[in-house]
Amino acid sequence: MAERSFKKEVQQLRIPAGEEFRGEGILAITKGLLQAGVGYVGGYQGSPISHLMDVLADANEILEELDIHFETSASEATAAAMLAASVMYPIRGAVTWKSTVGTNVASDALANLASGGVTGGALIIIGEDYGEGSSIMQERSHAFAMKSQMWLLDPRPNLESIVKSVEDGFELSEASNTPVMLQVRIRSCHVHGRFITKENKRPRYTLKQALENPVRDTSRIVLPPASFGHEQEKIQQRWPAAVKFIRDNKLNEFFDGDFNDIGLILQGGLYNGVIRALQLLGLADAFGNSRIPMYVMNVTYPVIDEEVVQFCEGKRAVLLLEEGQPDYIEQNLHAILRKAGVSTHLSGKDVLPMAGEYTTAAMKNGIESFLRARQPDALATHSSIAADEAGEASMAVHVGAPPAASTPRPAAVPMTFHPKVKALAEVVPARPAGFCTGCPERPIFAAMKLAQADLGQHHVSCDIGCHLFSILPPFNLGATTMGYGLGAASSSAFNVKTGKRSISVMGDGGFWHNGLTSGIGNAVFNKNDGVIIIVDNYYSSATGGQDILSSRAENADRATKNPIEHAIRGAGVKWIRTIDRTYDVAKMRDTLEEALTTTTDGPKVIIAQSECMLNKQRRIKPLFNKAVKDGKRMVKERFGVDPDVCTGDHACIRLSGCPSLSVKDSGDPLKEDPVAHVDNSCVGCGNCGEVAEAAVLCPSFYRADIIHNPSGADRFLGKLRSAVIGFLQRRRAARQTRFAL
Amino acid sequence: MKTNIVLHPGTPIKIAILAMGGQGGGVLADWIVEMAEKAGWWAQTTSVPGVAQRTGATIYYLELLPESAAHAAGKPPTLAMMPTPGDVDLVVAAELMEAGRAMQRGLVSPDRTTLITSSHRSYAVGEKAALGNGIADPNKVIDAGREAAKRLMCFDLQEMAEKAGSVISASLFGAIAGAGALPFPREAFEDTIRHGGKGADASLRAFALGFDAAATAPAAPAPIDTTRPQPDVPERAADPQVQALLEKVKAGFPPDTQGMLVAGLRRLLDYQDVEYAAEYLQKCTELHALDARHGGEANDWALTRAAAHRLAVAMSYDDVIRVADLKTRGSRFERVRQEVSARTDQLVYTTEYMHPRLEEICGTLPTALGRWLEQSRGVGGFIKRHMEKGRRVQSGTLTWFLALYALSGMRRFRRSLLRHQIETAQIRDWLERVTRLAGNGNYGLAVEVLHCRRIVKGYSGTHDRGDKRFASLMRAADQLAGRKDGADTLHKLLKAAMADEEGRQLETQLGMLIGAGASTTAPHDGASFSRQAA
Repeated sequence: MAERSFKKEVQQLRIPAGEEFRGEGILAITKGLLQAGVGYVGGYQGSPISHLMDVLADANEILEELDIHFETSASEATAAAMLAASVMYPIRGAVTWKSTVGTNVASDALANLASGGVTGGALIIIGEDYGEGSSIMQERSHAFAMKSQMWLLDPRPNLESIVKSVEDGFELSEASNTPVMLQVRIRSCHVHGRFITKENKRPRYTLKQALENPVRDTSRIVLPPASFGHEQEKIQQRWPAAVKFIRDNKLNEFFDGDFNDIGLILQGGLYNGVIRALQLLGLADAFGNSRIPMYVMNVTYPVIDEEVVQFCEGKRAVLLLEEGQPDYIEQNLHAILRKAGVSTHLSGKDVLPMAGEYTTAAMKNGIESFLRARQPDALATHSSIAADEAGEASMAVHVGAPPAASTPRPAAVPMTFHPKVKALAEVVPARPAGFCTGCPERPIFAAMKLAQADLGQHHVSCDIGCHLFSILPPFNLGATTMGYGLGAASSSAFNVKTGKRSISVMGDGGFWHNGLTSGIGNAVFNKNDGVIIIVDNYYSSATGGQDILSSRAENADRATKNPIEHAIRGAGVKWIRTIDRTYDVAKMRDTLEEALTTTTDGPKVIIAQSECMLNKQRRIKPLFNKAVKDGKRMVKERFGVDPDVCTGDHACIRLSGCPSLSVKDSGDPLKEDPVAHVDNSCVGCGNCGEVAEAAVLCPSFYRADIIHNPSGADRFLGKLRSAVIGFLQRRRAARQTRFAL
Repeated sequence: MKTNIVLHPGTPIKIAILAMGGQGGGVLADWIVEMAEKAGWWAQTTSVPGVAQRTGATIYYLELLPESAAHAAGKPPTLAMMPTPGDVDLVVAAELMEAGRAMQRGLVSPDRTTLITSSHRSYAVGEKAALGNGIADPNKVIDAGREAAKRLMCFDLQEMAEKAGSVISASLFGAIAGAGALPFPREAFEDTIRHGGKGADASLRAFALGFDAAATAPAAPAPIDTTRPQPDVPERAADPQVQALLEKVKAGFPPDTQGMLVAGLRRLLDYQDVEYAAEYLQKCTELHALDARHGGEANDWALTRAAAHRLAVAMSYDDVIRVADLKTRGSRFERVRQEVSARTDQLVYTTEYMHPRLEEICGTLPTALGRWLEQSRGVGGFIKRHMEKGRRVQSGTLTWFLALYALSGMRRFRRSLLRHQIETAQIRDWLERVTRLAGNGNYGLAVEVLHCRRIVKGYSGTHDRGDKRFASLMRAADQLAGRKDGADTLHKLLKAAMADEEGRQLETQLGMLIGAGASTTAPHDGASFSRQAA
């Protein structure tokens, strides 16, 4: 069960042809797949397309009605290899993942797929995790398209264009026997919009038919001499076929403008931003009408030479807006124009940032300086105020007082130059992402901190997943992260005998993705002496709580409950400790210290198990509330701090960082430092108490057990206790009131 | 010019919502979209989820445009995917510092932006983890907002949501409606919530509170009061002995020091007894005389006030007896019930996390016996092995309660216990140092020496760390005697001592300000987390 349910939304996938669909990008893409008659879908979750996988999972029933097979692939490599079904058979297949990281993992299979070519349409939907909100290294998927000669679509970011490009993608793939990548940016995945639907189609050729009538053709297999033939085929048949299809079907778009001797060339994905930038310069309206002609590349690879030449001819200068680096397209355009002997001046990253996200402001500035150099009169039509220090002078007069009515609209006038706004840098705190309230991974790293306090600092290799938050305050643990499931692998060099051992962390998600072989298997085989902690929180949590092999959930469509311990025993690990309650900080610490000091050879693997609290709460809250409603005796636990016992040193926070563990004024004139305080979001995981105990911090923490619907025995005992206790308490209170001041 | 392009009128309303993961910023965005679409508007929303969802800060962006405009233009609008600095009409922040972040990003402009923010704080880990007080000044944000925004609205929408048993997205939605920031009637907002179904009633209550707050909001919000309340000086006390003390305070001390003295007396009466409180007042009287002799009046009695504050804390050192006392009080049982908001028909039991160490056990024994036990390897070791472990004390059960109650009853023997000897000795040299310094013209330094007690706090390892640092500060103070900048330097050192767990800051500062040699704290006494230190 994933973190977010789309059970309600997926009903939109059933709406009949010709009606208006309104919803999120990922849902629209799914509808597009159904309209295109896809036969099978796979992929691996990861922002920004995690929810696409969740939508597909929640839509499984609808998919089955249409004979579409959907599976959650073990990794992006698996997903890419899945497309092999479209090599021999005219079946349309689609896979999806987070890029570039996912494409890195998939590229072996992709290169083989692209070499042999496909019969049925093969579509790879990549969530381009670039710019604000991204969680990975900033690279372009464009390079993968170029190296394997796969086509890359980058449609305009409105649902109509995105859905159309899903359908176009399959046809282009079939017309050119080439896999096609469809790139969607972070915001496009979650943009809410509308489009007019078409009929859902069943696959015209099913997997069942394929299995019943197997076909093989060795010329499609990547092995000499065929492999040499494939390269020629790419150049002589597939590329020309693709160019023809793209031109005939007008996948790229030309927009007129009245400044005819200049123009803009842009990636489709940037279209809305460019229009807004032009609007702010007074050169476009809110409906995409632009005074400057535009050539919008909804297909960014291959670049269509003829179209580029056609657009540039008769223009003095054009500006290319290409996000990210290297500037593949710009280099390509220069070559095209040069070869065609077209003298049009090409601007690009000379006026736009070489690297980094192309925000509206960045593109506005770039277009502005292009126009200032090439068509100053275009700017004269509308004076705009630059979004920089230059604006300071012009705005200074307005500060405090309302600006002069003369200020033209629309114009972006940020106040960042204002002294008081600048001063905010000292107060506005950074908000690094961190472990959720009650997260079972927190105590693991608290324990690691304690173990290091005893045994000294160690080299810690991290992995991809929630546990990577250990590198941030308050834990500040971990030296490197080399990729998903590669935590243990990235310690493999430290395989030398010495007083200290390396510590590697790996999540259950990464473990099943590849860590079992790349990390555990490798460590066993090479007799690595290091310590490996596998964080088993029952889900692929960082990507949104999807089920994996070792999940404990009952999942009708998947085989869960396969213990990690069995897998690593099978891989030959001798020293294994399984801790089924990570909140036991002392035990966690002692086990880690044992692993770091034991004389046993080979990898020491600690499997730290506790359910992801985010998902656990979603699971048990309703059950608990129902039980209480039904009058059952239920005990709710939560933690608290006695403000008069707490001295405001916050050592507990430095070992925990739980969002529900905060601070508040002590209310005591003698105590100027704020005291620790547990707010109502506490889920009673027990970490703070355990930490206070294990680290011998202070006795201010308490656990409160709230008994709902107490039984008769409870009530009797309660009365008895409060009678005695109450008497003594009143006696002492009396003394206090007597001497009160 | 061959084609003539016609630009159609119509500029979208641009809205940015800044929230933290789990605050329901997405819900709020969806509500606005649903409401706008129902009213015949084009609505687009985008967001950048990902890791930001895990407690980080995240932003949702919306644009709204009347469909009539689209019809007039003959094609659907092309709306931007992200906010442009200086081009946003409505900014909604679900937490005060997020409003600050919005301004830093340039999303708020004085000629057009309505900025609606909740005044509540959800402290960032950096603020919470400070050894002292790391909380940022909220008024800096409000100040900036007054000038950066066309209209600034700032009130505690979190509190309103909780009062209504709902979440902040609902009260924010109400505030947007109440501010008249969007061209939709109140009913349209409320229908959207109703249509949502689940929890609608609570949401509507929160909505109403937010609505009224915004509708009646002043032109510019008042600053948040961050000053700490001064303790009052009562007319008289019930008990004659206490009354006597009170009169001493009133007669013998300058008015603006009396509050702190009363607070001190309260603490010590509560901690021990009248005699102990009298002892405290006696010491304060001596220090006040000292203060008077060395120009206290000119320094508006800084030394007296510092002494009144720090001495009271020092004398009410946190020992096992104190903890047992605080944990067993009826008022505490009540407070817990309130904190967990337990209903009358529910039973509440607390479990305390205690971890007595040999030091605490010895401290609670008569001086001689305690000393002997500290020295004795055999018995001490035995106790270390067998007693020193985490104890889950169920203070609501008779056995445990009686145990704690008895322990707290040991208050009457406190003066004869080992811990008391240790603490009083420390206090003695501390005050002697103060007297000495003040005596030979280091008034300012003497005051700072008093304030240095601030870092002696906490229990076990934390307390040990505080003790160590206090000691090195005292050594530094002696070296600073006679220096002009003595007071400021010691003040800097105190700040440094509270800067980080491991004491690196203090180390470097000591080196810089006093010259190496003086650096005496073990470089990493941050090991206070480890069992060794404990």
